[in-house]
Amino acid sequence: MTWFRKKEQRIESVPADERVVKTEGIFVKCTECDAALYRRELEESLQVCPHCNYHFRIGARERLAMLYDDGQYEELDADVISSDPLEFTDTKPYPQRLEQARRSTGLPEAIITARGRVGGHLTFIGAMDFSFLGGSMGSAVGEKITRIIERALETRGAVITVSASGGARMQEGALSLMQMAKISAALARLDEAQLPFISILTDPTTGGVTASFAMLGDVILAEPKALIGFAGPRVIEQTIREKLPKDFQRAEFLVEHGMLDVVVDRREMRALVIKLLTFMVNPALQTPAPQFNASNNGRDPNGPTPDVPATESKIQSPKSEVKN
Amino acid sequence: MSDDANVRDRDEPLPAFERVKLARHTDRPYALDFIQRLFSDFTELRGDRRFADDPALICGFATFQGELVAVIAHQKGRDTKQRRHRNFGMPKPEGYRKALRIMQLAEKFQRPVFTFIDTPGAYPGIDAEERGQAEAIARNLMEMAKLEVPIIVTVIGEGGSGGALAIGIGDWVLMLENAIYSVISPEGCAAILWKDAAQAAQAAQALRLTANDLKRLGMVDQIVPEPSAGAHTDADEAARLLKESLSEGLAAVVKWSPHERKSRRYEKLRALGG
Ligand SMILES: [Zn+2]
Repeated sequence: MTWFRKKEQRIESVPADERVVKTEGIFVKCTECDAALYRRELEESLQVCPHCNYHFRIGARERLAMLYDDGQYEELDADVISSDPLEFTDTKPYPQRLEQARRSTGLPEAIITARGRVGGHLTFIGAMDFSFLGGSMGSAVGEKITRIIERALETRGAVITVSASGGARMQEGALSLMQMAKISAALARLDEAQLPFISILTDPTTGGVTASFAMLGDVILAEPKALIGFAGPRVIEQTIREKLPKDFQRAEFLVEHGMLDVVVDRREMRALVIKLLTFMVNPALQTPAPQFNASNNGRDPNGPTPDVPATESKIQSPKSEVKN
Repeated sequence: MSDDANVRDRDEPLPAFERVKLARHTDRPYALDFIQRLFSDFTELRGDRRFADDPALICGFATFQGELVAVIAHQKGRDTKQRRHRNFGMPKPEGYRKALRIMQLAEKFQRPVFTFIDTPGAYPGIDAEERGQAEAIARNLMEMAKLEVPIIVTVIGEGGSGGALAIGIGDWVLMLENAIYSVISPEGCAAILWKDAAQAAQAAQALRLTANDLKRLGMVDQIVPEPSAGAHTDADEAARLLKESLSEGLAAVVKWSPHERKSRRYEKLRALGG
């Protein structure tokens, strides 16, 4: 494990020129409302159209910069990349597809995992990138997510995943499928350790990603109009031979159907995540099987002292005035 | 924790049916009116992860006097459109399943739970039956008995039968002075036993559904006073009075160990009808 410990020392801030939609010129045309948008304007609104709230797809690095305090994070496991275990070839050999994806995106894999602080809370985030082979999940993606969950377990951190994926990666066959089970098993441990997991779903999140970690969040958030489902709409249409309604499998449809907690505008995402973490990161939970009790504020008297001021975890607080 | 000082003496207590009318008053503060005044930072969380989100039962995380808590509440609508949206405060199974999901999150992160009861009852409908209304209510009764975190229950308006009880198991049960809590509505009871719904007032008296009655019967721990003409005349004052009681209640129950909370909950229920 020492070989990536070294890497962890390095704090990366994302260069500003990496945080924009890859479009030529000063203007970007909104996909939804056709408005001509200044690139800079769009950048300031986190790639959300200021006119119609259309959420442009964004990359993994932009996503991490958007969520972490001061945009600062430490990338983890950048050297965990897919090999070609099945020696898979379709119209092109898989290694060639991987190489092309790496070159065109500048990413090592379809996910970037990182460590940093969100609202001051130690948080591990895995952000997927749809531009890398459709955000597909192969062994490397599965491994990287599992590793951040294990690191969170070791250090009592929180985990956030940001999904953008067409599902399991075909080129790695059943090994891709097993990543669903591997990550879910790691999440079971995280759950038992009473550590928080927030799942953020972005456009699009389908297939084996939805059918594993994406739907297992303690809290599940989604960006407006994100396509979210198990089977993709085209597959469903071909199967049932019917046209699907326009809002079907969109984030707003899912929240009505009980699958998500909140549909949230990207510009309010970080603030909401911090609020949720504040509830879910309980400094009193430093030891296994803790119990809520005022006399010790839920702490095991023999356990380590949480590094928070006592006032923060106090149960009784002075009667405050009523707000109007 | 004595409420004697708080409840004003009335020479003649209001007839039960007058309380029923006050509990159902269309201007009475509903859950969100209280939540807005009692908590800062209410973040609503939705959905049962099974079938739907139920707007008749709202859940979320909030801050109560600096303390992070989970909030579970029936919600009625004020105007016609809202009433339909909230299904008149009558939850379906997905509402109870969402409530349980959020209570279990509170348990996971060891945060106290506040519930607020205000429902005519669980929704009596075909779809609710199809999805297991009875199972959803029953499940909550059992799972709430298992929770280790403090649970503070407040009946703020109508406590309609099993639909109310499904979020009503707790360590400290408060009831607003003009709230009611019963196994059946007075009208329903009159129609069945008197064969005449017009006898609702008489049924209301017989059912012993007022806060005073329930306190005497040991189902309620504390009666929360309302502004003198009723909560509907002054929501701010009603919330202020409730806040005091909630604060006292929470301070009391956090002192108990998780084991103590569970066994006290059990013993209290065990003593009813024994
Ligand atoms: Zn637009």
